[in-house]
Amino acid sequence: MKTAALIWTWIEERFDVGELIAPLRSKTVPRHRFSIWYLLGGITLFLFFVQVLTGLLLLLYYRPSTQEAYESVQYITTRVQFGWLVRSVHFWSANLMIFMAVAHMFSVVLLRAYRKPRELTWVSGMLLLFLALGFGFSGYLLPWNTLSFFATKVASEVAGQVPLVGHALLVFMRGGEDVGGATLARFFSLHVVVLPALAATLLMLHLWLVQKFGMSVPPSVESHWTEVPEVRQEVRFFPDFLLRDLMAWCVILAALLVLAAALPAELGHKADPFAPTPFGIKPEWYFLAQFQTLRLLPAKIFGIEGELIGVFGFGLAGALWLALPFLEGRLGRNGSRWVRAAALLGMVYLGSLTLYAYFAK
Amino acid sequence: MSTIASAAPTSRGEQLIASSMPRRRALLLLMGSLVSSLGTLCYPILRYLIPPGETNSSANDALAGMVGELKPNSGKTFRFGSRPALLVRLATGEYRSMSAVCTHLGCTVQYRPETQQIWCPCHNGCYDLNGRNVGGPPPRPLPAFDVEVRGQEIYVSRKQVA
Repeated sequence: MKTAALIWTWIEERFDVGELIAPLRSKTVPRHRFSIWYLLGGITLFLFFVQVLTGLLLLLYYRPSTQEAYESVQYITTRVQFGWLVRSVHFWSANLMIFMAVAHMFSVVLLRAYRKPRELTWVSGMLLLFLALGFGFSGYLLPWNTLSFFATKVASEVAGQVPLVGHALLVFMRGGEDVGGATLARFFSLHVVVLPALAATLLMLHLWLVQKFGMSVPPSVESHWTEVPEVRQEVRFFPDFLLRDLMAWCVILAALLVLAAALPAELGHKADPFAPTPFGIKPEWYFLAQFQTLRLLPAKIFGIEGELIGVFGFGLAGALWLALPFLEGRLGRNGSRWVRAAALLGMVYLGSLTLYAYFAK
Repeated sequence: MSTIASAAPTSRGEQLIASSMPRRRALLLLMGSLVSSLGTLCYPILRYLIPPGETNSSANDALAGMVGELKPNSGKTFRFGSRPALLVRLATGEYRSMSAVCTHLGCTVQYRPETQQIWCPCHNGCYDLNGRNVGGPPPRPLPAFDVEVRGQEIYVSRKQVA
């Protein structure tokens, strides 16, 4: 113990760590009936770390080329010790991370945590969610199996529908006219270099903003607390809230391991660009709602391609949603009600179309 | 610490819920669970890091070349499993074959017609035509292989241990 104290003093003399962590010592977290929703962001963060760790491990054996990608993933799952576990945890953690991020987003909207001064916290969080979807989309192709090959083909074809720049976008995404080795190389570098660098930067900004402003208290609770100050309750971040966070992380980790062991990630068949597309091609579940919408839209709406309208609609909805904290004030006195209605509508829409697409033949 | 925490209204006037445990105990609990979970998780990760054995490095024979490809008093390297091997045609026309991986630090050796020796350029190691280390730093002879000419093809195989 004496040595530990000496080392601590040595560090303290030079770097003043005590001052750095001082805010953590005095940090408190409000306690009310919605406090449980504060855990979702931390869970998403934990799953991101799981992704980084398992991703680094997969990189040791994965080979990004059309000749070797599928075989190397097969090698990881069948020959490398615990390789099946690492790959399945990466797969399940990715899915859970997107689910938790979406749940975190809706909880933020419904508890109105995006309001002043947290507008940029919202924007950085939304951008992180878009990055997560980019991670999912680019990572899906890497095992180079039939399903991911055709899903990537279809998705890049949809991007090609965008007026004027569509074809350029398609060629940029694919690294050529067709989905092939160049596409795999691009998606690989996107997945392991570009997106992680962007995500790490945005994540630091997001976490810093969360620390700076502290946890948001929902307006209903806030007004009640103003009326009756005696009922206002807070807990210390350390150790009380952190222990709760860790408890949630343990539960998630256990769920992750159970899912990975009981339902390991499938590999399917190696992609063959010259074989017919098999029946039942579907994207990952988090793109199913958009996928189903495009399928349901008529071929022509007022003489314009239905898909084009769909893609434009998604883009517009995404942009409006991103600008939510800035738009709410412009909606007048009932702005917050409109936002709540839009959020509930969005949840019902995404939920029902995802289920519809999942069970549709 | 909990006694301080339970002392109600703070400067901002809110109630601070008393910590259910002292900081030191919380820290120990955290450290304990962290260390034990990391220990449990490290086992599969460490096992994952060990690469599974290569299957093709243990090849037992390989096609070394074609008859007439080598002039007398010359040599060539070829692929034997995942490692290079050396095929030498002596001045007498006889074929010899051995591993081309120098036993000193693993460079690839070559046949030198002018000295009629096998030579490693990295540290000037010399082997005779049976693969015996005869000069320089190499500590052991090169493992020799059996050579068999089948029709026009020259096959090389590991020496059968009798």
